[in-house]
Amino acid sequence: MNPDILTIEHLNFWIADQHIVKDLSLSFPENTITAIMGPSGCGKTTMLRCINRMHELIENTRVEGKIKLSGENIFKLNAMALRRRIGMVFQRPNPFPTMSIYNNVLAGYILNGISLSRKEKDQIVQEALTQAALWDEVKEGLHRKGTFLSGGQQQRLCIARALAMKPKILLLDEPTSALDPKATAHIESLLMELKDTVTVIMVTHNIAQASRISNQTAFMYLGELIEHGTTERMFTVPKDKRTEEYLSGKFG
Amino acid sequence: MQPRKRQTIGEWIFKASLVLSGGLIVAVLGLMCLTLLTHAWPSIVALKWKFVTTNTWDPITSTFGAEAFVIGTLLTSLLALFISLPFSLSVSIFLGEYAQRGILSEVFKAMINMLAGIPSVIYGFWGLFVLVPWIRTFQIWVGIPPFGIGIFTAALILALMIIPYAAAIGRDVIAMVPNELKEGAYSLGATRMEVLLTIVLPTARSGLFAGTLLSFGRAIGETMAVTMVIGNSNLLPTSIFAPGNTMASVIANEFSEATNAIHVSSLIELALYLFVITAIINIIGKWIIQRTEVSHG
Repeated sequence: MNPDILTIEHLNFWIADQHIVKDLSLSFPENTITAIMGPSGCGKTTMLRCINRMHELIENTRVEGKIKLSGENIFKLNAMALRRRIGMVFQRPNPFPTMSIYNNVLAGYILNGISLSRKEKDQIVQEALTQAALWDEVKEGLHRKGTFLSGGQQQRLCIARALAMKPKILLLDEPTSALDPKATAHIESLLMELKDTVTVIMVTHNIAQASRISNQTAFMYLGELIEHGTTERMFTVPKDKRTEEYLSGKFG
Repeated sequence: MQPRKRQTIGEWIFKASLVLSGGLIVAVLGLMCLTLLTHAWPSIVALKWKFVTTNTWDPITSTFGAEAFVIGTLLTSLLALFISLPFSLSVSIFLGEYAQRGILSEVFKAMINMLAGIPSVIYGFWGLFVLVPWIRTFQIWVGIPPFGIGIFTAALILALMIIPYAAAIGRDVIAMVPNELKEGAYSLGATRMEVLLTIVLPTARSGLFAGTLLSFGRAIGETMAVTMVIGNSNLLPTSIFAPGNTMASVIANEFSEATNAIHVSSLIELALYLFVITAIINIIGKWIIQRTEVSHG
């Protein structure tokens, strides 16, 4: 596999007295897709949110351990600058309702007060929407509101919005759980193409989805990382009994 | 069978009394509107448009042109709106975004509700005893006639009275902005202020507009406190520091002394317009807020 772009070392996370993530270490090779799996409440979303420090938005949390992005400890960086380098896509599509499709793609630049020329804007919008496989569907109506799109299109718009910032890493928190099978398939094939340019880390409840598109799979249970490895190996010869039971659908 | 039957009758009576009291409220509203219309009719017929386009209001010669009061109402309410807006918006943002929970937030909310519940006559007294001397000092200092009372003083009192009202609505519509949108913005590297200015306020803007509209409606109709500090002059105000009258204050001020029929009818015509304007403003404002609630729900 490729060299690691992101490494989590002994990550511990608490909300008040609750120990949510327990001594988790995991690394992510560049330009691969990693699927994080596990039953509800196992801490996988929380772990994902630590990577771009979104956990800091909630009060009364404590974090220990290191997360290194290309060798730099992210907790030493400026959180805003870090988030510009790590894109995030959420469970429910959340395009900004007051903005057009065009401005939604540029939202990262607008929010951060980065001024661009008309030409640069056009280029970024077209590039990001093409990458997100949405360009052909919306190019005629770029200045319409993003909320008129279908759920699947809205989610791809959110992916385009994240990609427009040219991140190294894309975090996805169950990105297809609110979508129908057709829109889900569309996003899956999109993610497969995206891994040439970004490293994808995806939390998913969908076991089949993980086996279809990910290179690496990690299984978490009750805040601990039980097992991780190539997807092929995890699905064929899991080492831990809990992994086997979860992946074969015995619980979850 | 006996107890069951009793229960059915009881239920019927209960339901009927609910419907009856609900219907009564609607009937009172309708009848009130009708009363205003019939009593205002003589003045409407006699004065036609001149009622709102001329500005001589002289009960002794039975000349009734209410333009000065319309202008007084607009001046005081708009001024009050402008004065209150920065304060109510700040409080809304603070309580709706920065301090949604916690002791500080609860204390603030309770105090704002208390401000909203103070009887307006108390605001009037406070204005008369505290605000008027201040304004007078200010007027002496800048070298204009030191009335103390007047349009500006009324606007200040009104501003104070509508801040809690506007802030309560503003807080609700800002707190209603979905968390998902804020998270989306934070994940793109925005600071709290950037999220607030680029996402939260634009998303809440129609609700904030509705809140402003509703407080405007409130300012237009406020009577007691305004009557106490506005100076009750029937002349067209020459400056914002001049004494004047609003539609509401002139009614309160002259009603008990109005003896001839056309004078009474003219005052009722003013009341009719006040009723219609505030009703329209309220309906539009509530409608916008309801629509925002549905779209965010």
